[in-house]
Amino acid sequence: MLSYFAKRIASSIPTLFIIITIAFFMIRLAPGGPFDSERPVPAEIAANLEKVYHLNDPLPVQYGYYLLNVLKGDFGPSFKYHDFTVSELIAQGFPVSIQLGLLAILLSLMIGVLFGVIAALRQNSAIDYLVMGLAMTGITIPNFVMAPILILLFGVFWGLLPTSGWGELKHMVLPVIVLSLPQIATVARMTRASLIETLNMPYIRTAKAKGLPTRLILSRHASRATLLPILSWLGPATAAIITGSVVVETIFGLPGIGRHFINGALNRDYTLVMGVVVFYGFLIILMNLLVDLLYAWLDPRIKY
Amino acid sequence: MPGLTQGLNTKMSALIPNEIVADNTVAGLSPWQQAWRRLLHNKAAVVSIVLLVIIAVLCIFGPLFSPWELDSVDWDNMGTPPHLQSHHYFGTDSNGRDLFVRTLEGGRISLMVGLLATAVSFVIGIIYGSIAGYAGGKTDSIMMRFVDVLYALPFMFFVILLTVYFGRSIWLIFIAIGAVEWLTMARIVRGQTLSLKQRSFVEAARVTGASHYSIIKRHIIPNTLGPVIVYATLTVPQVILFESFLSFLGLGVQEPMSSWGVLIAEGAQQMESAPWMVLSPAIMLAVTLFCLNFIGDGLRDALDPKDR
Amino acid sequence: MKISQKLLFLPVLILFSSIVSTAVNAEMVIHRGNGAEPETLDIHKSTGVPEANIQRDLFEGLISEAADGSLIPGAAESWATSEDAKLWTFKLRQNGKWSDGTQVTANDFLNGFQRALLPATASEYAFILWPIKNAKAISKGEINDINDLGVKAVDDFTLEIALENPTPFLTGLLSHHMAYPVPVAKIKEHGKKWTRPGNLISNGPYQLADWKPQSKIILTKNPHYRDHDAIEVDNVYFHPIEDKATELKRFRADELDITDDVPSDQIAWVKKNLGDAFRNTPYIGTYYLAMNLEQAPFKDNLALRKALSFAIDRNILTDKVTKAGELPGLGWVPPGMNGYTSQTIPELALEKKERVALAKKLYEEAGYSKDKPLEVELLYNTSENHKKIAIALSAMWKQTLGVKVSLRNEEWKVYLNSRSQKQFQLIRSGWIGDYNDASNFLDLFRSDVGTINPSGYKNQNYDKLLKQAEIETDAKQRAEFMQSAEKLLLADMPLIPIYYYTTQHLLNPKIKGWEDNVMDIHPTRYLAK
Repeated sequence: MLSYFAKRIASSIPTLFIIITIAFFMIRLAPGGPFDSERPVPAEIAANLEKVYHLNDPLPVQYGYYLLNVLKGDFGPSFKYHDFTVSELIAQGFPVSIQLGLLAILLSLMIGVLFGVIAALRQNSAIDYLVMGLAMTGITIPNFVMAPILILLFGVFWGLLPTSGWGELKHMVLPVIVLSLPQIATVARMTRASLIETLNMPYIRTAKAKGLPTRLILSRHASRATLLPILSWLGPATAAIITGSVVVETIFGLPGIGRHFINGALNRDYTLVMGVVVFYGFLIILMNLLVDLLYAWLDPRIKY
Repeated sequence: MPGLTQGLNTKMSALIPNEIVADNTVAGLSPWQQAWRRLLHNKAAVVSIVLLVIIAVLCIFGPLFSPWELDSVDWDNMGTPPHLQSHHYFGTDSNGRDLFVRTLEGGRISLMVGLLATAVSFVIGIIYGSIAGYAGGKTDSIMMRFVDVLYALPFMFFVILLTVYFGRSIWLIFIAIGAVEWLTMARIVRGQTLSLKQRSFVEAARVTGASHYSIIKRHIIPNTLGPVIVYATLTVPQVILFESFLSFLGLGVQEPMSSWGVLIAEGAQQMESAPWMVLSPAIMLAVTLFCLNFIGDGLRDALDPKDR
Repeated sequence: MKISQKLLFLPVLILFSSIVSTAVNAEMVIHRGNGAEPETLDIHKSTGVPEANIQRDLFEGLISEAADGSLIPGAAESWATSEDAKLWTFKLRQNGKWSDGTQVTANDFLNGFQRALLPATASEYAFILWPIKNAKAISKGEINDINDLGVKAVDDFTLEIALENPTPFLTGLLSHHMAYPVPVAKIKEHGKKWTRPGNLISNGPYQLADWKPQSKIILTKNPHYRDHDAIEVDNVYFHPIEDKATELKRFRADELDITDDVPSDQIAWVKKNLGDAFRNTPYIGTYYLAMNLEQAPFKDNLALRKALSFAIDRNILTDKVTKAGELPGLGWVPPGMNGYTSQTIPELALEKKERVALAKKLYEEAGYSKDKPLEVELLYNTSENHKKIAIALSAMWKQTLGVKVSLRNEEWKVYLNSRSQKQFQLIRSGWIGDYNDASNFLDLFRSDVGTINPSGYKNQNYDKLLKQAEIETDAKQRAEFMQSAEKLLLADMPLIPIYYYTTQHLLNPKIKGWEDNVMDIHPTRYLAK
């Protein structure tokens, strides 16, 4: 296992390198540059800008410089937010995104697994349909519809919670709910499916036949196999949710990094997008590694 | 403990008597026909199939029953609630276009994109994931690092480049969506496969000299289907909403065509002042998704050989 | 809550409200919605309105703005102009102070101009200062000695500015953030971080107290500002809120006093439900379609260009589609420009029937008919508003002329690229004036300005008239040259004006001192709550 872990860590470096390389050229191939605007800057000024931001070098040269700087841990200045470096922007946004993301993931795992277990134990009964229907509403109502409804109710009509903003615990309530609703649906539905499958495994049937109480069957025998597919989903889902959601951040005015990704791309803020891509790539690799290690813990027969 | 109990777990469930009996009752039917029969015994699934067919038929033929065209502007009824005399059964959008026609025609796009793109990602995900998991070792490592790379690449630029270099067509929507949606599917299948391939029934198959291809096809994939079918039904809403983001980037459906995702996004802006604009597409979408989920559950049950 | 319970709580309530009201007496705080997150607070690097709003509260140029947006003396108390109108001498106030208490001198302004124009600064808006002598050559790198710039600090309180041409709108330019003074020592000390809280010093009514990116910027009164006592608002919060719907909700929840905008599809609702808070004012901007004159079908086809323009019912568009109180666009330069009479396309004054008949006639003259309809593509950048207008226009053209319009939307930067590459037939565009002078609009269609001229319009006579206006010292004569140029432009019709912009705000009715104006300039120093 340890050698596998070491191998995976080693393989993450070339993976990140490939991500950086493809992303760098992909971003530069897209039409439009960071300084294009409704009022095109006069050619002379454009030349000054290109010089200052090293955009006039050939692309491979720029790529070389970028790679060198990344190795030194420098992601460069933002093209759009002139007063900040990319590292500063990510460092400012990440605490917000990770707090919201982790809370949302935790909440959805708790509620989702609970719903899924209840539904699976009462498969195809009224309770099953009720619980699943409830969970499903979270995914059938898109977050850009759900968020304004909740803001209107809790923020504008009842005045119980702030409509948006960041700083205190009360600012987190609505965003966490909106973030977790679709995840609750996913977790609940996958738990249900997976548990039904597990409960029909012969070894569980044997355990049942032996008269073991349901609670014991669930906690001892069924839980591990049931969790496997949820775990597979959890890796990428966690990486995605802790790097922020642009919709939720925009609607709730949250200073996370999800906005940087989309807005950076729309603004062709090359360095900012690259910074977020590298950061996200790192998280994806890390999460999937964790998931693979957890597989082996859940099912000791799994070998790599 | 898992070692001992799970050791009993065997795909050769024919050993268990009650399953033999069950098989006898449907003797002479192929496994798919059996599955279909079982599906028809699931009330929720049957109702859902009927509803889904009704929605599809409505989307295809419904617009014929309206005097309004997809792009005709009713200057006297701009942003008005549902009204029967003017034949705006679902009201009009803020441009004075009939929402009944737009919702149904938008449904054609959304259903097609939602179902087809999901199906594509389902197929790719299963094949890719099962091969990676089954092969293991270096192959698995390389295949999964490739998935990591695709996860991390800035998808927006991929879409922008697609539009710039290939223009715009409905097929590009499938490519764009397909390129990302299969990733998680593949990881789930691979995770299941890693566990399955250590089970005794796979080993037994290997010992009897079955080829890798047939082991993957007969033993691995069928046993991963449960969670994957359910995950696929959860992919549909993502795909449908994703399509509206593609429209934003200039790749998705173009005016005057529409889709549920686009209509909901437009309507959400005026939810309070003109709720009908978001309600009709949102309800259609919700009903479709509920149906798909019950069908997904029914399919899962029906395809599960152990579950009767 | 029952009455008895209410009574029970009454003393508590009174106590509480008295605490709140004393707090209000102690500190007056205003919360302003401010659009996008400011890209920078560096006065030479910013380009947008959100940045300008904050910088206007922080800094003060030689010329400043009154509550109604009109120009008033700022850091300069008076100025004089030479006879040829090419040399201006400004007298600075003796009591101008930076927020750290140091004196504001003519050198601070000189440093500002020099930094703005140095190629190494790479200021996108450097062109604002190009009317100054040698400024353009310095920007271009043709002159390397920055001291050749036509700005001189004669002594601590006297600043001379030499110009290339008489520039009657110079006062407008000098109120722009590009012409604010800079604390050069601080920039040297902190480098790129000079705009951070704690590092930034400013010479305006406010100073920077805090900046939480994507969250808020807090300004407090500058204790050293000359007019310190007249300023009522102690703290002003600028909240970056990109989503207009979010901003509206925050206003309704009393979290904002002033909004930056109102979602256009909510205007009808807002008028009905928040009527006393709604402000709607003409703005110096024109929404228009540009036609690509370098390609078929619009190349050398004046009749077709006119037909499309005349076929549009602009009143219906503004009344039923955009609904934000916009004035129908009848010409290029919007009304409200200082000393200028906006020109209009005469045919647009016709009765609807005649206008449509004329459009049909021109359409046939151009070589099109019901059997051989024009097929044209309209390009716009992704936005609900542009989409709505594009849909309405294509419906109008289809109904009146039978034109087949296909719509193409592109993501912003792709759209800008298509525009500068002239990869379009018909494109949605808009122009908001940087300063209040008609030349700011008319220059757009000069033949020597490059891709900023979206249609590729070229007319030597037009260029000549604008050149004449540039060197004319008599304001009236200058306006006449420019008006003739606009007439010429409208007759050639490289563009289809749609409407003149308006601005929308929601304003807490308790706010005093707010004056609607075409520049949409509302410094916090004049406000009170």
